[in-house]
Amino acid sequence: MNKGLPQDYLPLLIQFSLALGFVVMTIFASTYLGPRLRSKRKEDPFECGIESQGDARLPMSVKYFLIAILFVLFDVEIIFMYPWAVNFKKLGWFGFTEMLMFVGFLMAGFYYIIKKGVLNWDED
Amino acid sequence: MHFLEIIKNLSLVQWAFYFLSILTLYGALGTILSKNPIHSVIYLVVTFFSISGIYIMLNAQFLAAVNVIVYAGAIMVLFLFVLMFLNLKEESTEMKTSPMLIAAVSTGLLLGLILIATIRKAEITRVNYNDFDPNTGLIETLGMVLYKNYMLPFELVSVLFLVAMSGAILLGKREKGESHF
Amino acid sequence: MEFILLIKGLIILTIFALSLGIAAYETYFERVIAAYIQDRVGPDRAGPFGILQPLADAGKLFFKEDFIPTLADKGLFIIGPGIAMLTALMSSAVIPFGDTLLIKGQYIPVQGMDVNIGILWVFGIVSLGVYGILIGGWASNNKYSLYGAIRAASQNISYELAMGITLLSVIVVTGSLSIRTIVGLQHGIDWNIFYQPVGFLIFVTCSLAECNRTPFDLPESENELVAGYHTEYGSMKLGLYLFSEYVNMFISSAIIASLFLGAYNYPGMDFVHSFLTGKLGESFGHNLATVLGILVYILKIFFFIFVFMWVRWTLPRFKYDQLMNMAWKWMMPLSIVNLIIVAAAELSPYPLLFNYIGLAIFAFLYFGSRTVYNNKKSKL
Repeated sequence: MNKGLPQDYLPLLIQFSLALGFVVMTIFASTYLGPRLRSKRKEDPFECGIESQGDARLPMSVKYFLIAILFVLFDVEIIFMYPWAVNFKKLGWFGFTEMLMFVGFLMAGFYYIIKKGVLNWDED
Repeated sequence: MHFLEIIKNLSLVQWAFYFLSILTLYGALGTILSKNPIHSVIYLVVTFFSISGIYIMLNAQFLAAVNVIVYAGAIMVLFLFVLMFLNLKEESTEMKTSPMLIAAVSTGLLLGLILIATIRKAEITRVNYNDFDPNTGLIETLGMVLYKNYMLPFELVSVLFLVAMSGAILLGKREKGESHF
Repeated sequence: MEFILLIKGLIILTIFALSLGIAAYETYFERVIAAYIQDRVGPDRAGPFGILQPLADAGKLFFKEDFIPTLADKGLFIIGPGIAMLTALMSSAVIPFGDTLLIKGQYIPVQGMDVNIGILWVFGIVSLGVYGILIGGWASNNKYSLYGAIRAASQNISYELAMGITLLSVIVVTGSLSIRTIVGLQHGIDWNIFYQPVGFLIFVTCSLAECNRTPFDLPESENELVAGYHTEYGSMKLGLYLFSEYVNMFISSAIIASLFLGAYNYPGMDFVHSFLTGKLGESFGHNLATVLGILVYILKIFFFIFVFMWVRWTLPRFKYDQLMNMAWKWMMPLSIVNLIIVAAAELSPYPLLFNYIGLAIFAFLYFGSRTVYNNKKSKL
């Protein structure tokens, strides 16, 4: 029995063209319908009334970067678990212990992260 | 005239394949040719997305979803974050010196050569359409193979994750009393 | 084949129009509910009961000046809101809005496409939703926008993890990624919410965070960041950002209702189906029963949309460290514990019973160890 074929995705083309059409139409319409009143002051970056200082694209806290790296790692972990979850009943207790070991290793890493204070946002 | 005939006779599958291939190449070229690194990242997302389309055409549906979620959704976000860290105003000057340029070009050529040689050497096994199981690339089959035949590599992956995690923290987390770098 | 594709096209068009229409009227309902909760009058000028308010809003936004700041990255500034809207509109294709329609002797499911990886498709599109905000915020070249965008991105990715793990616990029970199969297994009132109440709560919380709704609307917290990532936006580009939030709300309500509340399943549906087919004939009765199912589903969706709004006008906003702590230190471990309990219960002879026993044991262990720990601390 076929559980899925590429033809299943044909309706996606319709959906995609509808969505793209809506977005492009809206952006075009708003570009041409509104008035055009240019002035230098108005087109400066908004900074609550005062003149903006320097470039906006400043370096940020390294915490965001660590969050992104940890996200990638855990996301791949979750992806690994999808094929397991789908075949869960076929694999039975054997698969369960297998996955328990996998999660156990990751939770050890997670514990290390917590203890290291990487996720404490209120301190430096 | 001959060319037009070919275009007229393309089937839907061929249309989809050529469209996705052109989109992939466009994204890939945009990635290396655009001056702004943020634009490069966006082009790369386009490339990944169209590669996912090709996966779907091969009926590797789970792989397509993983490609979108992990590469386009997670790793590219990480890239964007990293790029937003760097000060993009400072033009990198390393690539402008001639030794660097020569090294880069020769490495690229060598890689290309190896790639072509491998493809020429490789044996492409033809699949018999009549007895090929279309469910091969689906998540159910993949799961059974991964968790029955490849149990040890799978468990080792979790060790790899552990190493990656501690490595990332070692690099990113500043200890008390450690000097800034 | 051609005929089925035509019907599919019509279904997709209807769902598309429906999601846009509901999203537009969500803005109206939000104001009405806000007014009710805060004891105000609310919108009452445009048409009777202010029912034309969404149209008036859209008209206003279209005729506003559409300006681009001089320092902005022009191309990305334009495509940012476009990506936000596009990703919001793409996921509705895999949601099963109803059972099958019987047309010319063929059963056609009321769904854009029933694919093998349905729920992963939604998950992938959700993970791409970050780009709209990130690109728009970066392209604006404004400090507030950039901070809003970074906050939004790291918040979204953090809550995505707990959401993914909770999703796994649903898949463990159903054994399929196709949303239609997941819904089909919740026939009658055999809904997933009874099997995993904790998973349901985590999923709803994560959906709130993914939609950037209060109390998780740090990316656009006006007392810190002016308007967050869309500070520099105006006209319909701003409209697209705001509108995509409402479309996302509709989609996530639909997903919650289909994963945990059985979508178009309702108690007594078999009786209604046999009654209608008996009275009105095979084809018409079946279609009418399906339409009833669709109405039930839409009722459930509206309930969740109401919950989203209720939460918005009740709870104050989190601090950013609280938000991140909640995602990583609470939701993540809790969802993994929930997954393990659900999986173990599923292998036992009585899944429902063992699930609650497992949860009770976990609660006992957790609160017990906390009490012991606190007692030790106070003694020292």
